[in-house]
Amino acid sequence: MSTLTPAEPRSSVPAPHARTNGSRRRGKSRMDPTRNNTAAGVAAWLLALLFAVPVLWMILTSFHSEVDAATNPPSVAAGLTLDAYKEFFGATSGVSPWPSLINSATASVFSTVLVLLLAIPAAYALSIRPVKKWTDVMFFFLSTKMMPVVAAVLPLYLFAKTAGALDNIWFLGLMYTSMNLPIAVWMMRSFLDEVPVEMLEASQIDGAGLLLTLRKVVAPVAMPGIAATALICFIFSWNELLLARVLTGVVAGTAPVFLTGFVSGQGLFLAKVCAAAVVISLPVLFAGFAAQDKLVQGLSLGAVK
Amino acid sequence: MTTATARVSRHGSSTAKPSKNVRARERAVAWARRAPLLPALIFLIIVTQLPFVVTLIISFLNWNSLSPDKTGFAGFENYIQVLTDPYMLQAIITTIVETVSVVLISLLLGLGLALLLDKKFIGRGLARTLLIAPFLIVPVAAALIWKHAILNPVYGLINGTLTWVWSLFGSDTPPQPDLLSSAPLMAIIISLVWQWTPFMMLILLAGLQSRPMDTVEAAQMDGATPWAIFRHLTLPHLRQYLELGGLLGAIYIVQNFDATFVITSGGLGTANLPYAIYETFYYANEYGLASAAGVVVVIGTIIVATFALRTVFSLFKKEAAR
Repeated sequence: MSTLTPAEPRSSVPAPHARTNGSRRRGKSRMDPTRNNTAAGVAAWLLALLFAVPVLWMILTSFHSEVDAATNPPSVAAGLTLDAYKEFFGATSGVSPWPSLINSATASVFSTVLVLLLAIPAAYALSIRPVKKWTDVMFFFLSTKMMPVVAAVLPLYLFAKTAGALDNIWFLGLMYTSMNLPIAVWMMRSFLDEVPVEMLEASQIDGAGLLLTLRKVVAPVAMPGIAATALICFIFSWNELLLARVLTGVVAGTAPVFLTGFVSGQGLFLAKVCAAAVVISLPVLFAGFAAQDKLVQGLSLGAVK
Repeated sequence: MTTATARVSRHGSSTAKPSKNVRARERAVAWARRAPLLPALIFLIIVTQLPFVVTLIISFLNWNSLSPDKTGFAGFENYIQVLTDPYMLQAIITTIVETVSVVLISLLLGLGLALLLDKKFIGRGLARTLLIAPFLIVPVAAALIWKHAILNPVYGLINGTLTWVWSLFGSDTPPQPDLLSSAPLMAIIISLVWQWTPFMMLILLAGLQSRPMDTVEAAQMDGATPWAIFRHLTLPHLRQYLELGGLLGAIYIVQNFDATFVITSGGLGTANLPYAIYETFYYANEYGLASAAGVVVVIGTIIVATFALRTVFSLFKKEAAR
């Protein structure tokens, strides 16, 4: 490394070299971390572990008995048990979390499907065959997302009350659709934009119809992006609390609502809370790691590739 | 790229002789282009714009659902109350403090982590995965974990660890801080920073990895110090990513409801505007006042959003020009 750039002090940013020094040295410098890289690696690992501690502690505690969970100092090496999970699923209380989990799944999946049905054609009209002033339309979509939910929740609540849609999971799903649609349009446009124009032109010249073009040219390129968009929309719906709390009750309550009403504040409940948090976060963790490669592009609304 | 070809074809059709037939066909083509857009557009206008108009109307009404006979026009009374009522004023201040500190701290931490993760080291992928995890915990669950498992003064992990460390030195009087009651807003801020740092890190890491390396290399050849490279090359390049992360983060964090609801239930001066509005209409049934506060939030968000839009727009333009 220093042979190529003699002026460079040993401690300076070595990573760029590994990337751009030309193929000759690339493999070698990657396999041969300098002292500085080791220091960065140690620091990064320490911080990563520090950030992961609450998650790891939550998982560990969920497998402890209530007595071991609430000790000071913490009983890290206490015996493991599934009791907390049995309790969460209503072993003694008889209150099952399943209805709320099913409600959450219903609202999230329903709204995600609806978002895709609305956002894919919209993104098509903003990217592949764009309407005039398509940037204005894009920014209109984005501006609706900038309006805080609290500013619209009262009229929605009053409407739901008069229309008899209160405590109805499908109505909540519709609200989640509007919550996610603007972001989905932005994400999807950025993914559809990656379809090479040459391929679209070629298929047009070959006389391929719209459906054939969509299936053979657009879909293969855009599919990972569509999947990532769906996963991110699913996460946002699954996480939502404010609308769910205001618009649902006993029948249509979602998992986050169930979770907030779950802590009694009496007796030992820490392991049970941790088990509940693990179960409810599992779908989000799966969806998030599945979308990991496209997560940044999606969350930055396509502004960052 | 797509836009360029579209423009070409659009120009091509508009240079044709504008006979009636052609114009009708053009209009049909324009509508065929617009058609896929309309369902999404109409749906959004109905579900987001109409309710806001209603909020705007209610904000000028005297309306408490518990005393419906007193309903009537209130003028700017609700707005005056929002801006003078101590509870609402406190909520405005809390919202600003909470949003600004969470955004700044998580941006700084995210920048540090991104700079570290930009280097190559053993197990980088796994470290990145561990760092993303906090963002993928359901916010309600994260708030519950922070409140009960980490910050609880009696059996929380922090005080438990303090007891353990102090006992190593033979002391049985370890410090046992109680953040939840002595600094509840800080407890909320810590849990939010924990959740949002990964988001900032991801955006900044993508920014770092899009840095043009030839200039950095040239600077290194010329003997520039790492600090000089960071200060004069990396930071200017990262600026728009820092802005993007900060502003997108601000838009989400202004709306924070879950952490406040779970950790303090808005007590001890920790109620931010979303929580205060929720309480005002859900428990106090003051519909007019809640709506006026909602409009105030929207105005605040519009101010922030104008900057956000400009940043997103500049990145967006750069990309569209590609």
